[in-house]
Amino acid sequence: MNNLTDHIQTLESQSIYIIREAYNRLERLGMLWSLGKDSNVMLWLCRKAFYGHVPFPVVHVDTEKKFAEMYEFREHYAKEWGLNLVTGLCPPIEEMDSTLPPAARAAARKTEGLKSLLAREGYTGVFAGIRRDEEATRAKERVFSPRGESGQWHFRDQPPEFWDQFKTDFPPGTHVRIHPLLHWSEIDVWLYTKRENIPTVPLYFARDGKRYRSLGDEDITSPIVSEAVSIDEIIAELQVTTEAERAGRAMDHEAEDSFERLRADGYM
Amino acid sequence: MKKPPRKFDILTDSTEAAGALSGQRLNIAIVGHVDHGKSTLVGRLLHDTNSLPDGKVEAIQKMCERRGMAFEWAFVMDAFQAERDQAITIDAAHIWFSTEKRNYVIVDAPGHREFVKNMVSGAASCSAALLVVDAGEGVCEQSRRHAYFLHLLGITRIIIAVNKMDAVGFNEARFGVVEVDIRGYLAELGITPSHVVPVSARDGDNIAICTDRCDWYGGPTITEALDTIPLPQADSTAPLRMPVQDVYHFDDRRIVAGRIESGSLKVGDELLFSPSNKRARLRYIESWPDNDRRSSAAAGQSVGLQLDEQIFVERGEVVSHIITPPLESNVFRGHLFWLGREPLTPGKQYKLKLGTFEERVTVQSIDRVIDIDDLSMTEAGASENVIERNGVGEVVLRSRAMLALDEFTTNQRTGRFVLVDGYDIAGGGIISMRGYPDQRQLITGKSSNLTAVNYGISGSARQQRNGHRGGVVWFTGLSGSGKTTIALEVEKQLFQNGYQVYVLDGDNLRGGLNANLSFSPEDRAENIRRVGEVAVLFADAGFIVLTAFISPYRSDRVRAREAAEMKTNGAFHEVYVKASLAVCEGRDPKGLYRKARAGDILEFTGVSAPYEAPEEQELVIDTDSQTVEQSVSALVDYIEKNFSTSDN
Repeated sequence: MNNLTDHIQTLESQSIYIIREAYNRLERLGMLWSLGKDSNVMLWLCRKAFYGHVPFPVVHVDTEKKFAEMYEFREHYAKEWGLNLVTGLCPPIEEMDSTLPPAARAAARKTEGLKSLLAREGYTGVFAGIRRDEEATRAKERVFSPRGESGQWHFRDQPPEFWDQFKTDFPPGTHVRIHPLLHWSEIDVWLYTKRENIPTVPLYFARDGKRYRSLGDEDITSPIVSEAVSIDEIIAELQVTTEAERAGRAMDHEAEDSFERLRADGYM
Repeated sequence: MKKPPRKFDILTDSTEAAGALSGQRLNIAIVGHVDHGKSTLVGRLLHDTNSLPDGKVEAIQKMCERRGMAFEWAFVMDAFQAERDQAITIDAAHIWFSTEKRNYVIVDAPGHREFVKNMVSGAASCSAALLVVDAGEGVCEQSRRHAYFLHLLGITRIIIAVNKMDAVGFNEARFGVVEVDIRGYLAELGITPSHVVPVSARDGDNIAICTDRCDWYGGPTITEALDTIPLPQADSTAPLRMPVQDVYHFDDRRIVAGRIESGSLKVGDELLFSPSNKRARLRYIESWPDNDRRSSAAAGQSVGLQLDEQIFVERGEVVSHIITPPLESNVFRGHLFWLGREPLTPGKQYKLKLGTFEERVTVQSIDRVIDIDDLSMTEAGASENVIERNGVGEVVLRSRAMLALDEFTTNQRTGRFVLVDGYDIAGGGIISMRGYPDQRQLITGKSSNLTAVNYGISGSARQQRNGHRGGVVWFTGLSGSGKTTIALEVEKQLFQNGYQVYVLDGDNLRGGLNANLSFSPEDRAENIRRVGEVAVLFADAGFIVLTAFISPYRSDRVRAREAAEMKTNGAFHEVYVKASLAVCEGRDPKGLYRKARAGDILEFTGVSAPYEAPEEQELVIDTDSQTVEQSVSALVDYIEKNFSTSDN
């Protein structure tokens, strides 16, 4: 086995271990499926962990502002893979904290949509496909990350986590976010997508000299300049870029702490 | 002065050339005392290896101007508002950078004492650590604490950065003092640092660029030192260990799921599940989406196994091969660090997580509390000992159920455990079995096809003739507590009163039946097992058997009790012959304590091996305060009352 497959193999095995731990230890699980490259990998890893089955609902928090390609993708693969798809809508922007900058305020809709969906479905555990290398506050996350009753993240007092012994005991009312991809990098996600031939929303590939590196709401997400039309070309591009992955996600950059505030409040 | 030649090894493993492409990376923990300059070093490292995103430094400079602060490299690290306000790192963050050789993730672990749990969480995933020590202040409390925790986490590759060398004028002698100090401390933990590097993080000396400000130093820069660390490898050559994580039956398949922690397995292997000791052959290794079932799998892989028989196994069992099984015990020593809000307390129950196995355990004793500052140990015994938050020590943990485990020195991945207090993970530790036997051989029957003989003479017929029941009176206590003296006198009086009675003691069994056994924990346990079985036979023959053995392990006495009670309910009576160690040592009838203290006898109970006092004994005879005559009389009364079936 060469080093490349070895490395991807280790990441895959670690993620499967995490997914299986959550499935064994937690009662009501749901998997957040944003339709992006990361959550597609996460969903794939689930099917791998359970040999073709996805033994919990797959949850799409719908802002109703996603790209048309994303909705097509959702309908097609939910059917083809026999997923138990649960969707939840988000409240209108007028109901969001008006002190947030505009894009962060739009993104906060998703937090609220997620909260009401969690309350409606009574999930005690939710898988989210975030990665440490995406963004500085995500770098501080735990694999099993407990949230308070209204979903807040107490980043100042996180439980210890070592030797793959995760926190799986909670007082009633807590729910936990499970992050099976926390240790992956953006390049790892593409290497794995290629190796496993995982379907991907076509917006990631360049059209007319531009492509999306990260997918969110259509009105607050910008494409990057790129000629990459294949996964190999995307990987080559990522190896030389010094741009941040979420540079095209407006809500991260409006103020020094806007994304941190979003996350403390329960954003993914 | 001419600069000495630079002497150090850089590994040139050609297979790692693809590192940058593959995203392969090495996790490095950065630790050290608060304010010794970790964040500055990381900021500088990112800058000097061209790993910062465009515009990051400019953005921070702007932010500093806006706030009227001087620019510091440490600000690169400060992702949180809260951190900037408090000027301390709150949690372990992960920072990516690359050298020409490969990619790294720096796991930044906070130096502040309050955040040891975050330091542990960050460092545990790392293959090596960078310990930052201030050249001026030297080795401090947190430098030592972090080094000690690294040692308990099993991280032995450590690079020392002696930072702020600019503040001591790059003085060689000062560097030497700090180097000797930290090397001395690490040596006591059995660690030799890979490199000790003089650096100035603020000015960028010896971080990624070799400085000309300390001509006397001929070693590597920090990045060069990091590049010498080999990539971690899962151990496929060690004995197979796979904790069962779950058993799936989504369809007609029954799949045993888990991750192989060490060793390898292949289709056709006969697998042993511990502690249930069930066996089955491996039929298939499942895979998805392709159906080309693999024929083998090795350490590090998450797998699903189909067995040739539908045996009932569940989460928590450990899969191994038959000839290299894990140890089995319901008691072990833990060398642990404690993170709990409440101190770790003897007698208290916690939830043990051992691989995927979970079970309540009781802290039987805290044997040592270790002062991290000078590594001095408080030998316990004193029951008021506790292990405080962020402290370390050695404890004995006991469970009701049998555990399948390894010693940490044999297998790092299955030789460690976590304790949960309430809802919280409160401690972690490594396993040692020093002084405790592997109980596997004692509970594994090797014969099959046995049929018990039906005796023609019934127990009640024997009882009627003797006028008393048969049974076992099991003495336990330290050497010199008076077991044999009392037993022989009791035997004499009971015999005179017409009882069928017999004493089993160490000397009459060790000479014959048990002549092949040594004094190792395993052989001591086997010795007691045989005594127990012989006693049951005597009891069954109608005798009152008095056994006079130290029998220090609770588990052995429980086994003897179970053997006796299986035949006849109430046939086993445990008598604790209680005397303090000081009194026993003062009596020392056979001169054994003297020899043990001189080191001529190893693993001597009470001195260098544990004695586990009974908790559910039928009778206590306190020979500290009672004379032999009083003790004998109390026992004779007890036996006559409990065994006699005649009317008077």
